[in-house]
Amino acid sequence: MLDAGLPRPPRAGAIKSWLTLAAVAALIGLALRQTNFNLPALFTGAYDFFRFFGRMAPDLTALPQIWGPLLQTIQIAYVATVIGSLIAVPLIFLASANTAVNPVTMWVARTLLTVLRSIPDLLWAAIFVAVLGLGALPGVVALTFFSVGVLAKLGSETVEAVDPGPLEALRAVGAGRNRTIVFAVIPQIAATMVSYILYVFEINVRASVVIGFVGAGGIGVLLQTYMGFFDYPGLGTLIVVVFVVVLAIDGFSVWARSRLI
Amino acid sequence: MSRISFENVEVVYKTGLKALKGVTLEIPEGQFVVVVGLSGAGKSTLIRTVNSLVVPSSGRVVVGDVDVTRARGAALRAARSDIGMIFQTFNLVKRSSVIRNVLAGRLGDLPAWRGVASAFPRADRAYAHDCLERVGIPEKAYVRADALSGGQQQRVGIARALAQRPSVMLADEPVASLDPPTSHAVMRDLKRIAREDGITTVVNLHFIDMAREYADRIVGMRDGLVVFDGTPAEASDDAFEEIYGRPIDDKDLRGA
Repeated sequence: MLDAGLPRPPRAGAIKSWLTLAAVAALIGLALRQTNFNLPALFTGAYDFFRFFGRMAPDLTALPQIWGPLLQTIQIAYVATVIGSLIAVPLIFLASANTAVNPVTMWVARTLLTVLRSIPDLLWAAIFVAVLGLGALPGVVALTFFSVGVLAKLGSETVEAVDPGPLEALRAVGAGRNRTIVFAVIPQIAATMVSYILYVFEINVRASVVIGFVGAGGIGVLLQTYMGFFDYPGLGTLIVVVFVVVLAIDGFSVWARSRLI
Repeated sequence: MSRISFENVEVVYKTGLKALKGVTLEIPEGQFVVVVGLSGAGKSTLIRTVNSLVVPSSGRVVVGDVDVTRARGAALRAARSDIGMIFQTFNLVKRSSVIRNVLAGRLGDLPAWRGVASAFPRADRAYAHDCLERVGIPEKAYVRADALSGGQQQRVGIARALAQRPSVMLADEPVASLDPPTSHAVMRDLKRIAREDGITTVVNLHFIDMAREYADRIVGMRDGLVVFDGTPAEASDDAFEEIYGRPIDDKDLRGA
């Protein structure tokens, strides 16, 4: 017993650790059963997996069909990001403790943002396809809502972390709330916010591929068509093109963000 | 030019801390007052009641003919625009240019839309450059504020306050972040400008030698109360030991 002379750790800590471990294990067991998780099936499925990929050898004749919806996908993401950013701006300042108008409007803004964020992008798309019909418009509206939720949250955290000194100085000058925001807050958050906006654009490009599945326009609609008609070569082409484009946009965004801060 | 009257001012913070326990003080027009005391004595709180950054729990502060303590909204902003303030950590917007920081001093006197649109009248832009000239750094106008040295940043702070055309100037530990030679240069600027423009000035300091050198009048605070009020000649070492409640030593001196 090498550690015989050492003080023993409190027993309660050890019991807590074991209980936590047991709870995690129990939940995994339950979840595996509920999801019909089957390890052998994964291995027998591997054969089909590779056969499937073999049939997806890209067929370049599908390319002309792809460009239009692909461009629409990027445009959906772009419009949603720009409009979402504009809507987020006033909400950011209403929801931040150091720039809020009063506690009531701050609470209202925060609650609104919590509700916005709690609805995933695909659900937004389904809602607006139901309301507005099929097409790119519900996609734009859905991703706009999603962007507002994300940007306002990130923005409000940034605003609450700014150096309070300049705000106090501007209050002492006799400047009102809006003037204080323009002169003391925006210069402090501008670079970070542009970085966040680029990041949300990245997310929106990926999301706008998916929301096509529920009929909200863009390349997702084509993706679903290819799958429906078992057009594997077309599907393969589309996947490769989307992969390259998303990679390119992410690369650009990462590069642009690295230059900002 | 405005006189400042503190009438039985008390401040109790939300934490229950009694920062001021009834301060009555009359500062005549154009006087250069230095408030001394240990940190926690209530100096910062006292100075902030003048522009209502801290609102007294009871009593009131009157600047000129304005009861600052009762002023709200537009009236309070108008009162504040007449009171310049400089800070220990300068409180500049570091990512903005020097001239934009100085122009911020004009915001209180402009219509809100002009401020938000940064549409400063030509006369205001010219005046902002004049203010930089007066603090000796006219060539720094288009440099980013964070590219300046500490002493230069504090001069920008003074220029921003000057841009308000204030009749009262408040300075909260303006030299605590600066080295001794720069401290003296900044205090000389502050004093010279106060004289030239007849600005009533209240400066918080904790350095004994600087208080004696620059003050017209020294007010000593301890534990939320004024415990000394006299001329620099009257502020002997004994008087300072009484204010600080302990023997004074070299750390209480800024040096030359």
